[in-house]
Amino acid sequence: MTFFQDLQRVLRQNVREYGMFIALFVIMAIFTVLTNGLFLSARNISNLINQTGYIAVLAVGMTLVIVIRHIDLSVGFLAGFLGAIAAIALVQWSFPVVAVIPMVLVLGIFTGLITAFLVAYFGIPAFVATLAGWLIYRGLLLQATMSTGTIIIPNAAFNAIGNGYIPDIPGFDMIPGHALTLILGIIAIVIYIVSEINARRKKQTYDFEVLPRDIFILKLAFIAVVIGLVTWVLSGYNGLSWTAIIVLLVVGIYSFITTRTVLGRHIYAVGGNPEAAELSGISVKRITYVVFGSMGLLSALSGILFTSRLQSATTTAGTLFELDAIAAAYVGGVSAAGGVGSVFGSLIGALVMGSLTNGMNLMGVDISVQYVARGLVLVAAVIFDATTRRRGG
Amino acid sequence: MATPILEMKNITKTFPGVKALDDVSFQVAQNEIHCLVGENGAGKSTLMKVLSGVYPYGAYSGDILFNGQVQQFRGISDSEKVGIAIIYQELALVPELTVYENIFLGHEIRNGFLLNLNETVRQADQILRKVRLDVNPAAKVKDLGVGKQQLIEIAKALSKNVKLLILDEPTAALNDDDSENLLNLLRELRNQGVTCIMISHKLKEVISIADTVTVLRDGQTVCTLDASKGEVSEPVLIKHMVGREIDNIYPRREHMRSDEIVLEVRNWSAYSQTLSRDVLKDVNFNVKKGEIVGFAGLMGSGRTELALSIFGNSTGFQLQGDLFVNGQQQKFSRPEEAIDAGVAYVTEDRKTKGLILIEDVKQNITLANLHAISHQGVVDSNAEVQVANEYRTSLNIKTPSIEQKVGNLSGGNQQKVSLGKWLFVKPDILILDEPTRGIDVGAKFEIYTLMNDLVAQGMSIIMISSELPEVLGMCDRVYVVASGRITGELVIDEATQERIMQLATS
Repeated sequence: MTFFQDLQRVLRQNVREYGMFIALFVIMAIFTVLTNGLFLSARNISNLINQTGYIAVLAVGMTLVIVIRHIDLSVGFLAGFLGAIAAIALVQWSFPVVAVIPMVLVLGIFTGLITAFLVAYFGIPAFVATLAGWLIYRGLLLQATMSTGTIIIPNAAFNAIGNGYIPDIPGFDMIPGHALTLILGIIAIVIYIVSEINARRKKQTYDFEVLPRDIFILKLAFIAVVIGLVTWVLSGYNGLSWTAIIVLLVVGIYSFITTRTVLGRHIYAVGGNPEAAELSGISVKRITYVVFGSMGLLSALSGILFTSRLQSATTTAGTLFELDAIAAAYVGGVSAAGGVGSVFGSLIGALVMGSLTNGMNLMGVDISVQYVARGLVLVAAVIFDATTRRRGG
Repeated sequence: MATPILEMKNITKTFPGVKALDDVSFQVAQNEIHCLVGENGAGKSTLMKVLSGVYPYGAYSGDILFNGQVQQFRGISDSEKVGIAIIYQELALVPELTVYENIFLGHEIRNGFLLNLNETVRQADQILRKVRLDVNPAAKVKDLGVGKQQLIEIAKALSKNVKLLILDEPTAALNDDDSENLLNLLRELRNQGVTCIMISHKLKEVISIADTVTVLRDGQTVCTLDASKGEVSEPVLIKHMVGREIDNIYPRREHMRSDEIVLEVRNWSAYSQTLSRDVLKDVNFNVKKGEIVGFAGLMGSGRTELALSIFGNSTGFQLQGDLFVNGQQQKFSRPEEAIDAGVAYVTEDRKTKGLILIEDVKQNITLANLHAISHQGVVDSNAEVQVANEYRTSLNIKTPSIEQKVGNLSGGNQQKVSLGKWLFVKPDILILDEPTRGIDVGAKFEIYTLMNDLVAQGMSIIMISSELPEVLGMCDRVYVVASGRITGELVIDEATQERIMQLATS
C-alpha cells in the first residue's frame, strides 16, 4: 500500500523529469503496435539511433545556447557546409581522415566564436546574428558544391563513422550475437547501479531527501532493464554503431561539464540571472564565447556524422537541422526563460522527435502529415512543461 | 477653509505583513499646492496610488471624496475621468513617439477611425504654450531633456482636463533651472484653477511653493501645516518627519578607532551615457579597518551607483578619479577583479541582482567563489555541502534543506543566503546596500549582530541605508549623499537624524 502511495508521490513530484521518458515510451509503444513490432526490430532501432545521432549532437549544444537565453539558427547549414568542407578535403585535396576531422572541428569552433563575437561584443540579438549565419552558410554550402554537385566520398574509414559498427571480440562465440555490445551494456548497468547507490548514500549522510528505498530499487531495475534490452536488441543485429558511441561520449562529457564543473555552474548561473552572475564575478561575455564555440564544434561534428552517413556532401545538407535540434531541446525540458535544461533531457527529446519520424516513415505516413504530427508533439511538450512548471514552482 | 476638492478619510492599506497606511486622513483645498512629505517608506506614494486608482476600490479601506462625492475607482482610467492625473517619478512617456503622439496617447483625437492630425497638432501647440514649452510637437520625446519631458507629462495631464494634478518627486531628476521653471509653472496652473499635490524630498522647494504641507510617518498622518500661518519651516518639517524614538534594536559594541585606511576614493566622478548626466560628482571618502561606515541619503541620490562604480563598474559608467584598496591603486574593469582585491557587494535588490532564484541554497552560496571548492575545474560536492551547511548554521538560515530553491525562502532568509554568498568570498571590505530592506525585525537584529562580529574580526563594512535609525545605531561614521555628491561627513557622536536629513535634502 505504502509502496504505491510512495510511487504516486514520487511520480507526481518528478513529473517533469520523468514526463519525457514516459512520452518516449508511449510513442515507442504505439509505433511498435502499429507496425506489428517492426519498430522495435534490431535493424530499425539501430537505424533510429544513427538517424538521430546528428540531431542529438546539435541538440546538446543548443541546450546550452538556450540555457544562456540565446538561440542559434545557423547550425543546420553550418553543419552542411562543414560537412562539404570535409568531403572536399578528403576527395579533392586528398587529406587523410585523421587530419580532416580535427580540421573541421576546429573550423566549427572558429565559426561559433564569430557568432559569439557578434552577440557578446556588438550586442546583436542571437536570433538576428544567427539568421545571418543561416543565410551565409547556406550560400557557402551551395558555393562549395556548385562545381561538382554532390560530392561522393569513397573513403571507407570516414564513412564508417555514420554507418559502421564497433568490431566484435574475435573468437568470442560463447554468447550469441555481438558480444562486445552486450559486455559494454553490462558494464554500463553495473557502473550506473554503483554510482546511483553511492550518490544515494552520500545524500543520506547529508540528510538530503532521497527516494524511498523500494522506489529507488524499482528505478534502478527499470533503467537496468532498459539498458539491457537496448544492448540485447542491438547485439542481435550489428552491435553498437560508431555514431551511438560518439553521441554517448558527447552526452557523457557534456553532462559532466554541466553538472560537475565550475564552467557548467557558471553557464547555468548566467542563464538563471545574468545580472547576478556578472555581479558574482562571472564574465557573461566569456560564457557566451564558450557556449557558442561549443555549438560550432558540435555543428561540425554533426556535419561529419551526416556527411559520413550519406557517404557524400549534398547541396541541401543540413536543411532544417536547426529546427529539429531546437525542438528536441524544448521537448527535453529546456526553458526559454534561461537557466533550466539538461543535456540528457535534450538527448531524450531528440529520440522522441527521431522516433516520430522513424515510426511514421515505417508506416508510410505522408511527409505532410509528419510535419503536422511533429508540430503537435512539440506544442504538447511545451504546454506540459509550462503547466508542470507553474504547479511545481 | 474653503470646500475641499479632495478628502481622503480613514484610509488603511495593508500589504502582506506590513501596514503601509494606517487610518490616514488627508484633505486638499480647491486651488492650492499641497505638499506631501515624509521619509522613504512613510506611505506617501502608497497614498497617491490609492487616490489614483492604482490600488482599486476594495483593496483598501476608507473613503475618497472628490468634489464632495464618494469615489470608487477601479483603475487609473476611472480617476482620470473625474479629473485626477498622476505623474510618476519614472516618466511614462514613449521615447520613440513624437511629442504630440505622447500628449494624446490613449485619448487620440480622431475622425472616425483615422487620426485627425491637424487638430492634434493644433491642440498640442496650444497645450505646449500653456506649459511654456517651446518645442516642435513633431520632435521625438527621446531627443528632449528630462526637464522638457517632465513638462510634456504635465501637458499630457492638461490635455485630459485635469483638475487635481499629483506629482511624485517631479524635480528629483531635474537641475536647478528646470526645477525652478517647473515650480513656476505649478504656481501658474494653480492660478488657472488646477489643484496640485506634490510629493517632494527637497524641503527648500516645499517651503517655497507649498500652501499646505501634510507630513506622513510610518503610514500615519503626523500633522497638516498651513504655510500662510507661518507654520512651515525646515526644522519643523524635519522634526515631524523623523519624530520617532530610536528603538533599541541595535546591539551595542565598542566603536573601533583604527587609522589604517583600507579603502579610499578620491575625486571620483561617474558619467552615465544612458542617462547622459553625471551620476556621481567629485566624491571623496575613506573606510578604515574594522569600521562600519554609513552612506545615508534619499533614494536615487547615487549611493548604489557609487557602490557599483567601485565594485567593478558593471553598469559601464565613464569613471574619473582614483580608487585605493588596501593601499594599492586599482582600476577594476569587472566585478571579478574587485572580488579578487577583497571587495564584496551585497546588492539592495537581492531578487533581480543578487540571487539565482531557480537554483538552490548551496549553489547560490558558493557561486561567487566556486574555485575555492573545486579542483581542476571540477566542483567538489562534499566541500560544497560543508560550506553551505556552515553558513546555514552560522547565519541561521531557515530552510528545510540546502537543496531548497532560494526562490522559495522568505525575504529575510534570502538576504542571509545573499550575505552568506559574499562572506564565503572572505572579503576585506563588505559593501551592504540596504541590508535590511523588507525583512522582519528578528532577521534585522541577526544581521546587525553579524555585522558587529565581522568588524570585530577586522573586516570593514560600508552600509548604504535609507533607514536613519539603523545608520545611527550601527555606524562609526556617516557620509551623506545627495544628487551624486557627498554633502557631509559626520562622526557618529555628532550625527542626528535631523542633521542627516538636512544634508540629504540640501
